[in-house]
Amino acid sequence: MGLRLLKDAFWGAAPSRIQSAIIAAAIVVMAFIPGVADTYTPLFLSWIMTYCVLSISWSFFSGKAGYISLATASFYGIGMYLQAILGRQLPLWTTMILAAVMAFAVGLIIGVVTLRLRGIYFTIFTFGLSLFLNRFMNWYEGAFTRTKGRMVKPYDNDTVFYALLVVFAITLIAVIILNRSRFGLSLKCIGQNEDSAQHLGVRTTMTKVLAFAITAAPVGAVGAVMSTKIGYIDPNTAFGLNTSFFPVLMAIFGGMSSTYGPIIGAVVFYALQDYLLRVTNWHMIIFGAVMVVVIMLLPNGVFGVVDTILRKRRSAGGGAEASHQP
Amino acid sequence: MTVFLLVLINGCIVGSTYALMAMGMSTQYGVARILNIAHGEFIVLAAVVTYALQQSGLGLHPLFALVLACPIVFAISYILHITLYRRLRRLSPNLGVFEGNAILVSFGIYYIAQNLLQTYMGAAPKRYPFMMTSVNIGGAGISAAGLFVMLIAIVICVLYTIFLSRTRLGKSIRAASQDSQAAAHLGVKINSIMALCFAIGGILAACAGVLMSMREQFQSTSGLGYTTIAIIIVVLGGLGSVKGAILGGFILGIVGYTVSHFIDSVFMISVFYMIILVLLIVRPKGLLGR
Repeated sequence: MGLRLLKDAFWGAAPSRIQSAIIAAAIVVMAFIPGVADTYTPLFLSWIMTYCVLSISWSFFSGKAGYISLATASFYGIGMYLQAILGRQLPLWTTMILAAVMAFAVGLIIGVVTLRLRGIYFTIFTFGLSLFLNRFMNWYEGAFTRTKGRMVKPYDNDTVFYALLVVFAITLIAVIILNRSRFGLSLKCIGQNEDSAQHLGVRTTMTKVLAFAITAAPVGAVGAVMSTKIGYIDPNTAFGLNTSFFPVLMAIFGGMSSTYGPIIGAVVFYALQDYLLRVTNWHMIIFGAVMVVVIMLLPNGVFGVVDTILRKRRSAGGGAEASHQP
Repeated sequence: MTVFLLVLINGCIVGSTYALMAMGMSTQYGVARILNIAHGEFIVLAAVVTYALQQSGLGLHPLFALVLACPIVFAISYILHITLYRRLRRLSPNLGVFEGNAILVSFGIYYIAQNLLQTYMGAAPKRYPFMMTSVNIGGAGISAAGLFVMLIAIVICVLYTIFLSRTRLGKSIRAASQDSQAAAHLGVKINSIMALCFAIGGILAACAGVLMSMREQFQSTSGLGYTTIAIIIVVLGGLGSVKGAILGGFILGIVGYTVSHFIDSVFMISVFYMIILVLLIVRPKGLLGR
């Protein structure tokens, strides 16, 4: 029973009142953290929020529609470069909005070109996109600006923290609203069976392209914010492959069927990475092994495991109730 | 004319190793349905084995490394398939989910392999001297090592195509890649064929790695670049088509060499990507795809 209550409070598919209240309370509490904590904590939380935004965005599109996108690093890097180029003249909030718009536009173009393709081609194409941008910027910087990378105007930890909190809150609220809307349901329908969705009158291509572009926007914005914390970016840090793959693993670890699964995944994975980095030289290898284990053992995420336990218990307890389950 | 010959021959030299890399990846995807992100790491592994043999002072020909590298990579690939991918396939509800999960698992393996390689060999580029002379063909100076590499690569390509079309095992592999369920009904042992194909893909990667190391320098982080090129070629030639992989390899080899000769080698991947972009719009199945 306790497990059941916990599920309603944290990861039931449709957000209950309790869930919304917890999230609202958490965001309000977080807003006071920089005042009371040491200087390191806001930075640590900023990174966690960054990964939260990345994995929430990823799972909203890919988790629902069933198209695995590896384009996260591209949008993130676009945000970073935009901040590096315009950050000296413009205030942070302007560049954040510009980065979001830019990422949205690129997402729209990429979506129009590739989302008519099904299955693995989309994954391959998005995988190549970040490498393309990486090499293109390498070539561009070598041939024209004659530099390797750029300096980014730094901001203090608290500013970065609040900027990310705003993006995080907006993303979360948007995803909760979109999940319950016709749009979110259409996307889910596409993931279950694209042909049937089309027959039911869902405009599949438009829904996919729009969803892909919308989820690109917050990724661009957090890219712009975090670049100020990294201080110096080059094509390899901006368009790194890890940025594409980590959100996927986080979302899978937490479970994609719920809104909060990706958040749990982001918290656990970032904390793990941070811990391994401090205690061992083999952190990369251990982290790789963790990735493999997660996908092998938890295809539906940690919450999926609890769900399975709940279902088993229910079918063991009351046969009549279980028979209603599809 | 001399420039034309230079670009054409050097392009074919580069393309011949590209073809090997892509053929391996194509075999792995065509039957086992795994798009192996760790493919390039096996290429680097084979190159490292060759380098280590050269440094050992036994005075062996670098080609001898094939005898060592191929079984090693074959064994690793085979074990990876029967321990991880086979289980993953059983757990996945459908092929689409399996393909997605397989990419993610292979990324995990890439992560481990890349870091192990880096720990073992460091970050410095590696190169050993091999046939340092050049041959004059119509006024163009072509490296002798390159020509030797191309010759061996073409021999391997031809042998592999003959293996696929003439032997019983090769026919089972082609049957499994066309329709794995029908093949299973007709008595092809589909599980072992999948593991075998994944491992054969590994052997081809090992061949590519050994040949690659004779001609150019490599480092622990080179693997991802090889993987990317192999993926692009496989898409260009048609996913799962071995002949497409050979054709695509040579095309991209020539295009790539042209770009790096006249513009900059960093720009190469960008041009490849543009080609794929156009191709996916015009002909999504690839040049020789079904």
